[in-house]
Amino acid sequence: MATGDQTAMAKPVETVETPAAEGHDKQAWPLWEVFVRSSRGLSHVHAGSLHAPDSEMAVRNARDLYTRRNEGVSLWVVPASAIVASDPDAKGEFFESPKGKDYRHATYYTKSEGVKHL
Amino acid sequence: MSGESATRITPGNAYRPEDVAAQVAEGVEVSEDVAEYALRLGDDALILAQRLGWWISRAPELEEDVALANIALDLIGHARSFLTYAGAAWGKSEDDLAYWRGENEFRSSYLVEQPNGDFGKTIARQLVFSAFQHELYSRLVDSADATLAAIAAKALKEVDYHRDHATQWTLRLGDGTEESKRRMAAGLVSVWPYVDQLFQDDDLVGRLEGVAVRPSELRAPFDAYLAGVFAEAGLELPDIPPAMTDKSRHKHSEHLGYLLAEMQVLAREHPGATW
Repeated sequence: MATGDQTAMAKPVETVETPAAEGHDKQAWPLWEVFVRSSRGLSHVHAGSLHAPDSEMAVRNARDLYTRRNEGVSLWVVPASAIVASDPDAKGEFFESPKGKDYRHATYYTKSEGVKHL
Repeated sequence: MSGESATRITPGNAYRPEDVAAQVAEGVEVSEDVAEYALRLGDDALILAQRLGWWISRAPELEEDVALANIALDLIGHARSFLTYAGAAWGKSEDDLAYWRGENEFRSSYLVEQPNGDFGKTIARQLVFSAFQHELYSRLVDSADATLAAIAAKALKEVDYHRDHATQWTLRLGDGTEESKRRMAAGLVSVWPYVDQLFQDDDLVGRLEGVAVRPSELRAPFDAYLAGVFAEAGLELPDIPPAMTDKSRHKHSEHLGYLLAEMQVLAREHPGATW
């Protein structure tokens, strides 16, 4: 799952990366991320992940795993490998900068005198 | 209802076993023939569901565990409705019929009684049965018996998915590796002798003109569907003569007794137990 944990074990690089898992008699199915739209007009929301041999089976597995209690009207599946994520170690420069910049919120501003219907 | 839950309970207007039970409680008249026919439909679903349940925790992947369990639960739903309806003719509940009948009182077909084998054989059985059931329910929705028609209408959407699931796997196994193709083909060979029984007409179906679907009418569309799947999967239509079966479904394969022993033991050890 998290490759960060494996590097922390200080193993040689070649044992961490097993690109095609060749040589294993059972090749693992790739991981897919699942997004469910709960009703018309709402966005698809990340629901979880699953394994499937290909995209067609992934969307079927998603139906079985994530919509069995009537959770959705539409499904997206995306190869987990296609997702580019922000660096968890770069939280500072990525996400802390907006703090204190209250002027980016509409509530920062007070109503000017004489403005009606606001 | 809480708006915070990710799960929205909206049963909608799906026709449930409880709705059949309510009708039965109101005293709906069910003839012996209709009940016998409903038993066939219900027993096929029940026995196949029991077979599929075995795969839970044993499928090739967790995702497939859930897929097969979902299909099994759909089939249990069909069985509950059909058995509840059939039971109305004899004053018996769905549980009376599922747990307290002997082997010779079941009306399941040889196909659904066949052991799971490997995943290829299970998929072969699923493909054959769901393709058959799809043609059957597509016509049963027009039955003169409103209850049978309503159960079929609810079930058809589920069987649509079962057929698709089996088809997708047949394509992947048939057109996959040499080993997967060999197993898929072997699976089809082992279930093929029991295909014919599904399409045999008998006196009961003859007496229920307009209510029951004539199985023989389903053979041509069934063959056409499978031919399409086999062509795409690179598989050959098995050329194997049918096994000796029983069109009235009073006789069963040697496997049913063992299956029933496992399915019924808990209910018989603890009669009337609930949780």
